Amino acid sequence: MNLYEYMGKELFREYGVPTPNGYVVESQSDLKPVTHPVVVKSQILLGGRGKSGGIKFANNDEELKNYTQQLLGSQVRGYTVTKLLIEDKIEIEKEIYVSIALNRAERKPIIIASPNGGVEIESVPENKIIKVLIDPLLGYSPFIGRQITEFLELDKEKSRQFMKIVESLYRLFKAEDCELVEINPLVITKDGKIIAADSKVIINNDALYRHREINVTDPEKTPLEIEAQEKGYAFVELQGDIGVIANGAGLTMATLDALTLHRGRPRNFLDLGGTDSVDIVVNAFDLVLKAKPVAILVNIFGGVTKCDTVANGIVEAKKRFNIKQPIVVRLSGVNEEEGRGILKENGIDAFSQMMPAIEAVVKKVGEN
Amino acid sequence: MPSYVDENTRVIVQGITGHQGSFHTIQMLKFGTKVVAGVTPGKKGSKFEGIPIVNSVKEAMEYEPNATMIAVPAPFVKDAAYEAIDAGIKLIYILTEKVPFHDTLDIYHQARVRGITLIGPNGPGITRPGYTKIGIMPNQIFRKGSVAVASRSGTLTYEIVDAITRNGFGESTVIGLGGDPVVGLTFVEVLKVFEEDPDTEQIVLVGEIGGSNEERAAEYIKKHVSKKVVAYIAGRSAPPGKRMGHAGAIIERGVGTAESKIKAFNDAGVKVAEYPDDIPELLRE
Repeated sequence: MNLYEYMGKELFREYGVPTPNGYVVESQSDLKPVTHPVVVKSQILLGGRGKSGGIKFANNDEELKNYTQQLLGSQVRGYTVTKLLIEDKIEIEKEIYVSIALNRAERKPIIIASPNGGVEIESVPENKIIKVLIDPLLGYSPFIGRQITEFLELDKEKSRQFMKIVESLYRLFKAEDCELVEINPLVITKDGKIIAADSKVIINNDALYRHREINVTDPEKTPLEIEAQEKGYAFVELQGDIGVIANGAGLTMATLDALTLHRGRPRNFLDLGGTDSVDIVVNAFDLVLKAKPVAILVNIFGGVTKCDTVANGIVEAKKRFNIKQPIVVRLSGVNEEEGRGILKENGIDAFSQMMPAIEAVVKKVGEN
Repeated sequence: MPSYVDENTRVIVQGITGHQGSFHTIQMLKFGTKVVAGVTPGKKGSKFEGIPIVNSVKEAMEYEPNATMIAVPAPFVKDAAYEAIDAGIKLIYILTEKVPFHDTLDIYHQARVRGITLIGPNGPGITRPGYTKIGIMPNQIFRKGSVAVASRSGTLTYEIVDAITRNGFGESTVIGLGGDPVVGLTFVEVLKVFEEDPDTEQIVLVGEIGGSNEERAAEYIKKHVSKKVVAYIAGRSAPPGKRMGHAGAIIERGVGTAESKIKAFNDAGVKVAEYPDDIPELLRE
């Protein structure tokens, strides 16, 4: 889960990473007296806010009032701005970069830093980036910070500040179950202070149960994907016309791939998960039908999820939702005979192998 | 230990009385697995399918286990794994999905420094037909043979193992690495074991989008694997930036695409099947 900039900065302050003085407003009436100049920052989760006009600098109360009015309720990169962060403008001497992420291959957190801040790290040349892995059993220790400050060529006083920031950032990364903490830019001010001018914090979704106080809706998710998430399904909307229900993430991906290779166009990814319940199948149909597919493919390899349960779910869904679209079913694995029997009694043919089912559903779509 | 488990593997199940733990314990017993004890705090003295239940892993050590299957809810996985590590269990398989990856990092590194093997989380476990099974793979799809399979998926593994068996081959070891961004075993580590395993003649890798596990495997195969390796990659049609069910199956900042993995395998002389059903044909070639 992505946090808004102001939420990330609240965490920064809590863990000892300096940020500019500031506060959040949701309406004109929230404005408080400030010392100008200030920066007015739209709180949206997508990058490129500055370029799309979501960040303004105000030199007096009049300008602040105007920008607040202008930005609140406006659309920045397609999203409505409901909150603004108003902060003291900082005098920038230099912008640097620091982040902590997970290195999957090494199975360790990795600190990434660069003297070239303020731009996307992907655009910075490799020789301007330092990457240091952290052994989770050892955690952060000053020797790690020293490698980085040396690379960044910081003087003694700035090194001291930087190392405190990295130490704080690592504590935050671990204690708040982060996938990513990124400060870009980390600003060295004209009076020699190091301050986080922006924040990007992503919390691991699997750990949200122990961070219940935070809740942000992913702006990249569609309404149907949000509904699916609330109902506990792994579901992704795609651009095509064939609704897909399968079990297991790998098999579901393989089903979409096989459809695509056969010039079929999947409408969605839906993984039933490792459960065995008629209701879960019926509710999956409910979701997929809302995406208005022209045909539906069910591809099940029964294990924990049994084929007869899925068959009963299909029959029930067909009745309850009065499904008119063609349904093509493949059932293999545990209780496959029973499952195909149940479907046959209800006038639905089921395949025992995946490829004939893929071919059949693509053919049905072609006929429509 | 060659291929991680054998007929001397003695398994305990942490969370044996839970929904998952009880169902799969029965299936493992049917497969011939030596399940020697179950652990459920507070249920000491009772039995499940004739298997003694105890309160802690330490108490379970009386039954001389050398492996554990952890089937407890995600918030309790780290504690269960630490308990097994502390008691001296040598192989830990975690079935549970949605374990916070920071917990898995701690478990993995604590296990690593003690020479303990971690399988999972969020995978189907390990099966050696004719020897033993730890995990949740369906019993009826296997036949003892010489093809080793390592996979990042669950049901897709069954699909491919089923195709291998239907086409007259059999399996030496089938191992599910797990669908999370951090898991106990990588393809490279498993390839080392398969290369040395006398029961294995051919190797199948079932990868998917996300991370660089497959690319690293391809590099390793070039230098160190003499046995024939074939592969399948799920997620060719997946859009970038979307998690395709598995927490680890996501193309991020251009890293982890199917094209990159297929190319890496092809460069290493590993044929990649277009469809899961094509794997037996590649094995026969």
